[in-house]
Amino acid sequence: MTPMTLTEKILARHAGRDAVQPGDNIWVDVDVLLTHDVCGPGTIGIFKQHFGKDAKVWDRRKVVIVPDHYIFTADKMANRNVDILRQFVREQDLPYYYDVGTDKYKGVCHIALPEEGHTRPGEVLFGTDSHTCTAGAFGEFATGIGNTDAAFILGTGKLWVKVPPTMRFVFHGQLPPYLMAKDLILAVIGDIGCDGATYRALEFDGDGVYALNIEERMTLCNMVIEAGGKNGVIAPDKVTLDYVNARNKHGVPYTPVYTDAGAKFLLEKVYDVTKLQPIVAKPHSPDNRATVSEVRGTKLDRAYIGSCTGGKLTDFRAAAKILKDKSVKIDTFVVPATSEVAAGLKTEKIGGKTLEEVFLSAGAKVGPPSCAACLGGPSDTFGRLNEPLSCISTTNRNFPGRMGHKEARVYLASPLTVAASAVTGVITDPREYLE
Amino acid sequence: MSIPTTILGKAYVLGDNIDTDQIIPAQYLTFNPAIPEEYKQFGKYALSSVPPSQAGLPKGHVPFHTDDEFLSPYQFIVAGKNFGCGSSREHAPIALNAAGIQVVIAEFYARIFYRNAVNGGYLIPFESVERLCERVCTGDELYLDVAQHTLHNRTTGERYALKPLGEIAPILEAGGLFPFARKSGMLKS
Repeated sequence: MTPMTLTEKILARHAGRDAVQPGDNIWVDVDVLLTHDVCGPGTIGIFKQHFGKDAKVWDRRKVVIVPDHYIFTADKMANRNVDILRQFVREQDLPYYYDVGTDKYKGVCHIALPEEGHTRPGEVLFGTDSHTCTAGAFGEFATGIGNTDAAFILGTGKLWVKVPPTMRFVFHGQLPPYLMAKDLILAVIGDIGCDGATYRALEFDGDGVYALNIEERMTLCNMVIEAGGKNGVIAPDKVTLDYVNARNKHGVPYTPVYTDAGAKFLLEKVYDVTKLQPIVAKPHSPDNRATVSEVRGTKLDRAYIGSCTGGKLTDFRAAAKILKDKSVKIDTFVVPATSEVAAGLKTEKIGGKTLEEVFLSAGAKVGPPSCAACLGGPSDTFGRLNEPLSCISTTNRNFPGRMGHKEARVYLASPLTVAASAVTGVITDPREYLE
Repeated sequence: MSIPTTILGKAYVLGDNIDTDQIIPAQYLTFNPAIPEEYKQFGKYALSSVPPSQAGLPKGHVPFHTDDEFLSPYQFIVAGKNFGCGSSREHAPIALNAAGIQVVIAEFYARIFYRNAVNGGYLIPFESVERLCERVCTGDELYLDVAQHTLHNRTTGERYALKPLGEIAPILEAGGLFPFARKSGMLKS
C-alpha cells in the first residue's frame, strides 16, 4: 500500500477507506465538534432551519460548547448569544457545556478542550474557530470551519473535506532559554508567508519538537492557520499520551496514528533551533517577520500576554521569569486562557511569589480568563486597543483592526520578548534580562 | 442562491491578504446571522476595517458604501492574493453577501473563507488567471459569463479569462452544502 502521512491516515480511517491521496474529496466521520459564543448562535440557527426546530444533534457526547469570546462585557447582544447557547444545551441535554458564571466555566476553547479531556490522538476534530488547529498537538486532525459546515455536522456527524498535501517542518537541537515555540512558528510563517501553506497540512517533527512540553506544541500548531494551513500536527509520543490519559476522564478509546516510512511530503524544511533568534511579526501581518535585534528600541504603548497561543501556564512562567522584581514601564495586560491557568497563576511560585503576585507587583493588570482583546471584541473588552496604540502581544494575529482600533500597530512575539519589552517600553531582546 | 448565467455590475478593488477582520471586524460578530434583521446589519459594516489607503484601489479612499447604509453600490470584489485569510467566521462571506456582493474574483483564497462562501452559497469565489487587482479600477463596469468563466471590463474594453469553478460548481449550482447534499443523496430531503 502507498505510504501515507499522519494526516492522510487519520482522514482515510474516518472515511472508511484503506487509503486517500492529497486532493481527494471525501466524507469523514467526526469525533468532536466544538463551537463557542461567536459562531454557535449562527450554527444553531442553520441546524434548526435545515433539520427542524425539534431535531436532535447526531451525538450529544461529541458536541462541546465553550463560551469564551465575549464574556466579561456589558454588551447586551454578546450576552444574548451566550443565552442562545444555554437554551440549545438545555434543549439537547448536552453534557459538555462550560457555562459562564458557574464552576464549570473554562475560558478559551482551544485550551479548555485538552484540559477537559476532549482531545485524543487519531481523532477528527472540527471547530467553528480557525485556531481549532491547536489540537493537532495531540496527534489528531483538527481544523476550523464555518457555521454551515458545523450545522451540517450537528445533524449528520459527517463533513466533506479535501485531503491536504503535507509539508514537513523538522526542528533539530536544544531550544536555547531565550527562545520559545512562538519564535519557531513565527520563523516558519516568515519563511513561507501567510499564504505559504494554503490548503496544506503542516507536520512538525524532530528532536527539537519532541523536547517541547505539550503547551509549547500547542503554540506551534495553533499558528499554522497564520500561514493558511488547514491543520498542523505532531505525532503523539509519551508526553502526549501521558497528558491525554491523565485528562481522558470520559474514558473514550482512541488509536494513535503515525506517518508511514516513505510517505510523500510536498516540502521538507529543516531548522537548527540553536541558530534561531527571538522573532517578532511586525504590523500588519503574522508573516511580516523581523528578528528582535532588527527592531529593538521600537517604542511601544502597551504589552499583552494572553490568548490560546500565548496565555498558557508555560507562557506565564516565562513572562514571570523576566518580570520578577521588576516594574513594567507601559500598560501591561495579563489574561490567562482558562480558569485552570488562572488557578495556576495563584498557586505556582517563582522566587517565593506566586506568578500572579509577580505580575501585580510589577504593575501589570490581570484579567479573568477569556479570549479578551486578542480579537478586539466589544469596546469594554479587557485590554482592547480603543486608540491607535502600538502593542506587543503574545497573540496570533496582527491584521489591521484585529485588537480593536484599525490604526493600532500590533507586534507579535514570545512571552519572553513581550515581558522584556514591557519592562523597557520599547521592543527588547529577552537575553538582556535572562541570566 | 443558484448561479445566474451572467452577472453585470460594478467592481470594488482591494489588494492582497484581505483578512476576515478587515471584512467584518470582530466587534460586530455579536449580531446573529441566523436572525434576518441582524443578517442585514453585516452589510452595513462590511469591509469597515480596510485601511482607507487600501479601500477602493487603485487610488484608495473610496468608501465601500455610499448612500444606502446596508447595501454597497458594487456587485463584484476584485482582489489580489489570499482573500479571506484569518478567522473561520462565516460572518465574512455573509457580510459581503448582505452588502450586495455576488462575486469575488481573487488570485486565490484562504481555505475556510472559500469553503464558507461555497457551502453557505453566499457568493461565487472565482480565481483569476492574471493579477486583476492591478487591471481593474474601482467603479469599472464588469460583465461576467459564468459558464464561460470570462470577464469583460466594459469600462476599459479588456477581457480576462478566469479559472473554471471546478469541483465547487455543483455545490454552488445547488445553492450550497445542504441543497447539494440533498441532491446527491447524502441527506434525506
